[in-house]
Amino acid sequence: MITYCTRWGAWLVKKLAHLGKCTVFSVEAAICCVTPPLKWDRVVKQIWFIGWKSMPVICLTAAFTGMVLALQGHPTLRRVGSEAFLGPLVALSLIRELGPVLAALMVTGRAGSSITAQIGIMRINDQIDALELMGLNPVRYLVVPNLIAFVVAMPLLSAVFDVIAIFGGYLLGVRVLGLNAGAYFGEMNNYVVLHDILNGLYKSMSFGALIAAVCCYKGFNSRFGAEGVSTATTQAVVDASVLILVWDYLLTSLLN
Amino acid sequence: MIFIENLQKSFGGQEVLRDVTLRVNTGEFVALVGMSGSGKSLLLRHVVRLMRPDSGRVLVDGRDVALMPRQELEALRSRIGYVFQSGALFDSETVFDNVAFPLREKTRLGESAIRKKVMEELDQVGLADAEHKFPAQLSGGMLKRVALARTLVRAPEIILFDEPTTGLDPIVVNSILQLFDSVHKRRNLTGILVSHEIPEIFGIVQKIAMLHEGRIAAVETPESIQRSANPVIDQFVNGKTEGPIRYQN
Repeated sequence: MITYCTRWGAWLVKKLAHLGKCTVFSVEAAICCVTPPLKWDRVVKQIWFIGWKSMPVICLTAAFTGMVLALQGHPTLRRVGSEAFLGPLVALSLIRELGPVLAALMVTGRAGSSITAQIGIMRINDQIDALELMGLNPVRYLVVPNLIAFVVAMPLLSAVFDVIAIFGGYLLGVRVLGLNAGAYFGEMNNYVVLHDILNGLYKSMSFGALIAAVCCYKGFNSRFGAEGVSTATTQAVVDASVLILVWDYLLTSLLN
Repeated sequence: MIFIENLQKSFGGQEVLRDVTLRVNTGEFVALVGMSGSGKSLLLRHVVRLMRPDSGRVLVDGRDVALMPRQELEALRSRIGYVFQSGALFDSETVFDNVAFPLREKTRLGESAIRKKVMEELDQVGLADAEHKFPAQLSGGMLKRVALARTLVRAPEIILFDEPTTGLDPIVVNSILQLFDSVHKRRNLTGILVSHEIPEIFGIVQKIAMLHEGRIAAVETPESIQRSANPVIDQFVNGKTEGPIRYQN
């Protein structure tokens, strides 16, 4: 029992130490974000990579998420005679929760993992040390563009996710299940308020910062060899995904 | 002048550098040799504070590197060129962009001045026609030459080479060592060369320091080291399998 507790305690201390280091790393990156010089060309390049290149996967997952929501929600609402509320059900679920969370999870898998691997390979090939020896701050050079790009791209991707998913819900609810199109959008208009949309966007921005911090930190602290980079990449995706869900719960509690 | 004094460094209870003392005078080119894993690269990393010692110190021109404030460290690093074993070139950039990188980031030179300087350096290392290639398209020897060009373009006063010829064929090794020699003589650089290329390095360095079991076992001239009575040096220099050096296949 004591051995078990000791191991569990050691694991917890290790995780907390990592969390502390990641926080210090993120604070340094945040300070660099608001102090010149900023590499705007790299920021734009990363927005293109994180934002534009994630569009196909975002659109595809959004369309099916919207359709599944309509498919699951319609029979339940029909049981209580409220099929007309399918529009608000789909829209509010997406705008408040599913859009920001699912978009963040998809972007973590697609762009976050890639950034961890890229920085990890730079670490094991001494490229980060080379930057430092050239008098450049590697955090400013490698992390800041990603941090800004994630914070800018995530709300946009989340908004695209919401729109496509709502349209997916419309296709299934209206075109397949025969719901009235006016009811679908009209009720949505009555129930969705600006507060919901803004909350979703704030969440997306914070998820963007979280993905950038975790993925860049893991890449920076890769161990040596191919296995080290692959482990860092896996850990980055798992940790970022878990933290997105935990942070979503905390934010939802605070914002509602 | 670089002066490493009683330097110690351990990892997880394992002492890698036990008590290293080494002096490299201004304008001197010193080879650092020793068994694989003896801590040669680790020692080199202390000179530019990519590592901090557990105890002891590294003095460059009388200033303790570990205690330097950030600005002074940056100024020192701008005077030191470091050629990594891997080359540490940026994969996504061409040869030209790799060499131009420090100039674009750390100077206010215009693009035409940068082009002129970069092409001069690439010409010196014999790679003027490879400017559009990416690192993945280069051979091992070419990678090392580009890495050297990127280091030299900053006009360093001190240059540190971390096993720059490992894994290359003998002809390329000699051509790269000759290149180092000509650069050293032309620019009067102070340098440390970590290498296993014995006897090829004998012709280009003034002193050879051997790192063994975490200490500098000897510092000798290339001529005297070949006649050394020290059994450790004799075994290492002559590549004998029998002797005091314990090794693993």
